[in-house]
Amino acid sequence: MTDAAERRPEQQAGRQVLTFRLGEEDFGVDILRVKEIRGWSPVTRIPQARPHVLGVVNLRGTIVPVIDLRVRFGLPRAEFTPLTVVIVISFDMAGGPKECGLVVDGVSDVCEIAPDALRPAPALAGQVDAECIHGLVSIDERMAVLLDVGELAARELGAAADAA
Amino acid sequence: MMDVSQFRAAFFEESMDSLDAMEAALLELDPGVPDAEAINTIFRGAHSIKGGAGMFGFTDITAFTHVLETLLDLLRSSRIAVTPDMADCMLRSVDVLRSMLGTVRSGVPADAAAVQSVLARLTAFVDEGSAQPASPPVHPDPSGPARAVAAGEPVRWHLRFESRPTLLVRGNDPLRMFSELAVLGDLAVVVDASALPPLVQADAEVCVLAWDLYLTTAAPVEAIELIFEWAEGDCVLKIERQADPAGGAEGAALPGPAPAPPAGMLAQAALPARACESARSPGGADSGSIRVSIEKIDGLLNTVGEIVIAQSMLSQLAERIDGQEGEALASGLAQLGTYIRALQEDVMRVRMLPVSFVFSRFPRLVRDLSQRLGKRIQLVVTGDQTELDKTILEKIGDPLVHLVRNCIDHGIESPAERAAAGKPEEGVIHLNAYHKGGAIVLEVGDDGRGLARDRLLAKARSRGLVDEEASLTDAQVHELIFLPGFSTAEQTTDLSGRGVGMDVVRRNIKELGGSIELASQPGRGTRFTIKLPLTLAIVDGQLVSVGGEIYVVPLVAIVESLQLRPGQSNSVAGECDVLRFRGEYLPILRLHEVFGVEPGSVDLHDGLIMVVEGEGRRVGLFVDALLAQQQVVIKSMETHYGAIEGVGGATILGDGAVSLILDIPALIRMAATRPSTRRAA
Repeated sequence: MTDAAERRPEQQAGRQVLTFRLGEEDFGVDILRVKEIRGWSPVTRIPQARPHVLGVVNLRGTIVPVIDLRVRFGLPRAEFTPLTVVIVISFDMAGGPKECGLVVDGVSDVCEIAPDALRPAPALAGQVDAECIHGLVSIDERMAVLLDVGELAARELGAAADAA
Repeated sequence: MMDVSQFRAAFFEESMDSLDAMEAALLELDPGVPDAEAINTIFRGAHSIKGGAGMFGFTDITAFTHVLETLLDLLRSSRIAVTPDMADCMLRSVDVLRSMLGTVRSGVPADAAAVQSVLARLTAFVDEGSAQPASPPVHPDPSGPARAVAAGEPVRWHLRFESRPTLLVRGNDPLRMFSELAVLGDLAVVVDASALPPLVQADAEVCVLAWDLYLTTAAPVEAIELIFEWAEGDCVLKIERQADPAGGAEGAALPGPAPAPPAGMLAQAALPARACESARSPGGADSGSIRVSIEKIDGLLNTVGEIVIAQSMLSQLAERIDGQEGEALASGLAQLGTYIRALQEDVMRVRMLPVSFVFSRFPRLVRDLSQRLGKRIQLVVTGDQTELDKTILEKIGDPLVHLVRNCIDHGIESPAERAAAGKPEEGVIHLNAYHKGGAIVLEVGDDGRGLARDRLLAKARSRGLVDEEASLTDAQVHELIFLPGFSTAEQTTDLSGRGVGMDVVRRNIKELGGSIELASQPGRGTRFTIKLPLTLAIVDGQLVSVGGEIYVVPLVAIVESLQLRPGQSNSVAGECDVLRFRGEYLPILRLHEVFGVEPGSVDLHDGLIMVVEGEGRRVGLFVDALLAQQQVVIKSMETHYGAIEGVGGATILGDGAVSLILDIPALIRMAATRPSTRRAA
């Protein structure tokens, strides 16, 4: 009884993570950042946007940008099927709380990650900035990259705002 | 203790309203013609500000207003008459009070020197006025003769003040009133606590005390009544004049609960008479209106906008259902649509206020400025009940002020100049407002000297804004004043002419979705015409398709849409296309290039050219096809994404898809600067 009680505070300090797939790779995002999960619907293109910003959609009356993570991470593009999912996340930026959608192949599960389960990511040369990654975790014997979506989105949209 | 901070904001707003009313009445005052109504209005304004300030402990405001009130009281009782100097001084007092109230709100201290100087002048007027012999009594006097007391003779009064339960809750403080009373002369106060229940049952917020006050003063009874006016309805007050100040009723140390009713007392006849005057109710507002925060209205408007879109989507879906049920559904939804649009209009109207709110500051402005410049100007205002959206109203104020100042400063000539030109010495500035189509039009005009074409042109040339050889029409020359950094004032006065003006005015108006133009005739005058949308949230748009995308073009910007005839367009230097339209050559902007969309066809003759205008220039937009015209709700792109050049916002169409609204002036600017569409020289 005492053992379990001692162990429980540690587990409570863990975080809940929504995992999703892009091609063969698994990723995770903090569930607290996830506002909604929707199916794919056609977007309206935005001029002069970077290639991975597909456009904007109507999210119950608000205009929200949609980012294709495959394109962002340099993975080959995929066809959008009825199984394609858009994860709507909220994040903070200078102007206040903002939202955006991330197009992914499909969501997998919500898992609880213990704080000590997070491993630092090796320096990745490539598309994903180190600041956008919290670290690597092992989920069901598969490795998933835990993304800091707040940081990722802020950079994408901050850059968009600067370019405009 | 009640938390009064929430009432501070209400006090501030109501006091500003009072000051506006006071100022309007002061401007109406004609020294030759006594106007009791106007004086009363001004008096009541000062009185309620004093009362409110007293409640919050703003002693400097109370002290200042008290002197103003005393002066107004002298005017009210016709002991003195209004002189132009006095009216001027009272107008300055309004300014001082505005700045003192501003201190309350923002903490920025008022100009102490100004406050003191106005206070000194007011006090001087009061002293002068008090020295006047009292005029015959204004109030009906049941006690008969001997009310005309010569100034300086002390009279002894017995006041019986009995609290009503509501006294304290309504914000009255008997002690404060008694302190004011003590200022008038010698005061002795005796409390009557006979109605006090046992302490355990006592309610601190309910006053059951009564007082007998014995006051020896030379002040008129009106001054005494004035102090208690605020507590009307919350107390029972009897004021009796006692026979003889020397050795009077002081012997009655502790009077019994019932006051001894001597003969010849000024009964409550005086107080109820006052009660008939409209005292400000605690609610504060005029009958039949309430203050509503603008966020509440915006929330309403948003929700209604969403309902409009949802209904639109449902209607579209219903059309796809066949058969009787489909028809019934469609017709039901159509009816719903009618009601919703009516609701939308009603909610939008809630946000609308008459333009008089902004026009009202101009009589004072014109008066002060024309005096300062030694010009004689009459301000004529028409259409001031025309309504427009509150946000637009707030933001159109500064541009209008700038235009009016321009008229006074540069437009209207000095009386001598006008006489020499055969015009009446008094110039006229005309403010007008009216609805036209789906927009509101504001006009600011004067009958002054008009714009001097040659001077404008010379200045523009010397600044390099215009080619030496270019020939411009009158309209184009007039447009020059809207260029940044342009000003032809010989010396820049501090009013206008600093060259920061007209381009900022135009930009501000443009940000409101409006436009400004001017017309002028040398020697006859100038008129500015401002067009504004009725609301910022909704725009009438023309849907166009470019490739697979649908865009919205605001109707106000569209001149004409046409299909190119062979030979109507020419290419220049092989790089850009121009269109011959009504005698001009306009550049053609290919929207599919601007937005990176694959068009239906690149041949200009296959699609349509939509001629649009903004900021005095025109451009032809090349699109694939025209779709429906509809009213769209403007949604911000910047909430979650950011600004996009050439895009002024987005909207949600009936099928739920997002459509971008074009920013026509920005596109026209892009047409001028994009290397692939260099304008023909």
